[in-house]
Amino acid sequence: MSSQIPIVDYLVLDDGAPHLVSHECTSCGAHYFDRRNACANCTGTEFRAVDVPTEGVLRTFTIVSFAAPGIPVPFVAGVVDCGGTSVRANVINVDADPEHVTLGMKVRLATYSLGTDEAGTEAMGFGFEPAA
Amino acid sequence: MSDDVWILGIHMTKFGKHPDKDSVDLAAEAALAALADAGKSMKDIGILAAGNLLGGGGMGQQLQKQIGQTGIPVYNVSNACATGATALRTAVMAVKAGEADYGLAVGVEKLAGAGLLAGGSRKADSDTWTPSGRYGAIAAVDGRIGTETMPGVFAQIGQEYLYEHQYGGAPFELFARISEKNHAHSTLNPLAAYTKRMSLDEIMNDVMIAYPNTRPMCSANCDGAAAAVVVSGSVLKTLSQEQQKRAVRIAASVLTTDPWEEACQILPNVNTLTRNAAKQAYEQAGVGPEDLDLVELHDCFATAELVHYDNLMLCEEGGAVDFFESGATWRDGTTPVNVSGGLESKGHPIAATGIANVWEVATHLRGEAGDRQIEGARVGLAHVIGLGSACGVHILEKAA
Repeated sequence: MSSQIPIVDYLVLDDGAPHLVSHECTSCGAHYFDRRNACANCTGTEFRAVDVPTEGVLRTFTIVSFAAPGIPVPFVAGVVDCGGTSVRANVINVDADPEHVTLGMKVRLATYSLGTDEAGTEAMGFGFEPAA
Repeated sequence: MSDDVWILGIHMTKFGKHPDKDSVDLAAEAALAALADAGKSMKDIGILAAGNLLGGGGMGQQLQKQIGQTGIPVYNVSNACATGATALRTAVMAVKAGEADYGLAVGVEKLAGAGLLAGGSRKADSDTWTPSGRYGAIAAVDGRIGTETMPGVFAQIGQEYLYEHQYGGAPFELFARISEKNHAHSTLNPLAAYTKRMSLDEIMNDVMIAYPNTRPMCSANCDGAAAAVVVSGSVLKTLSQEQQKRAVRIAASVLTTDPWEEACQILPNVNTLTRNAAKQAYEQAGVGPEDLDLVELHDCFATAELVHYDNLMLCEEGGAVDFFESGATWRDGTTPVNVSGGLESKGHPIAATGIANVWEVATHLRGEAGDRQIEGARVGLAHVIGLGSACGVHILEKAA
């Protein structure tokens, strides 16, 4: 099996089921997904890695029909509340229309292939799909 | 009164397409007209604050080279869509600090024909997946992990409000009706980029950009400039009766940024910093939302206008939908909002917007707004927000 690489470093593929990991401030508990210099809430500088729940609720969404050149449309972009940690993501494996995507719907993390590079490494993206 | 800062002269150019004018031409037109309105010249001005995002930098000095190189300090400011308000506030602070008797603030943008702002175009993925940046991304994330485009970001901001307040109606039509109001208002504004009334059907059946925002529900890219001359209260007292009568008091000038909250780095939170700015502004001015005769707020998208009814405390907390449904924000309502047509119809030449909305309010307070005059207007509020984020709120009062 060829190796895989995640689209972003906070998507973890090789430690059990795929999941997201946040940087949690050890002082105040604020969550971040990017490389940190300090905590924007309390100015603390120590963080620990915390697994983000893979199921959540769609707090808000838009259906993008007009995007920058090269981006396939339409797609559903939204914010998922995963047990108190908000995650930016697309809603995938669903028809991109307001009949099938609704505020407050339950969703779960899902991954998909972005393609394989010249070295044989497969890139994996993530989104959230309806959790029936 | 001596500590107060007043608008002595102010001007807004026609918003729209100005193919024969560059940014400096438009800035000069606005600045010279504001100076003429004030009865002053560049030789009187002690500080210049200039806002422009897309012109390549140094707008203040470029402007000076056309209308007067007097050696005064120039502050070139940049604060996304709050740039104009930031320029005005910079001039206000200088006058308030006693560093200048007269300040000039200018905002200008050439934006006609511009497409989507932010997001850029997606580059081809590289031959080998290599992590880079703060998220270790191996490929472009716009469109793969949410959207970076403004219509999509603000669509989510409006939808989030409906989720939090358990709206049971049809979101698309609700937001489209807000846009219908602003497009109706602009029919009375000869300086607006678009002055054609649009029906609800036309708005909803126009090109979908990012659900629930169709094209006419998005701010209109256009060219334009606005400028204001500000003066201290003590200096104003030495001027003519006519100048004193037309001067408009800046009862509050506030700029805030977004304090940290859960999720604010996931989806920009435009709410808290606006509410904070509004609270400070009402306190500074000694007025409440119920005292406002008109409001120009930052309807960069129809979905944004709704949340700012609440953020500016024009309605009860959580009550923005009912407030709009009551008709309060139409020009004949209790709190007319965006009688200029707003960003959706008047247009949004980014750095000009934060002075143009102050011009709109000031023009009503002076009783000079022509067909769209809000009769007897004495107090008004102008609000802008730039993502990143920065929020500017100015409360203006008619001279006693």
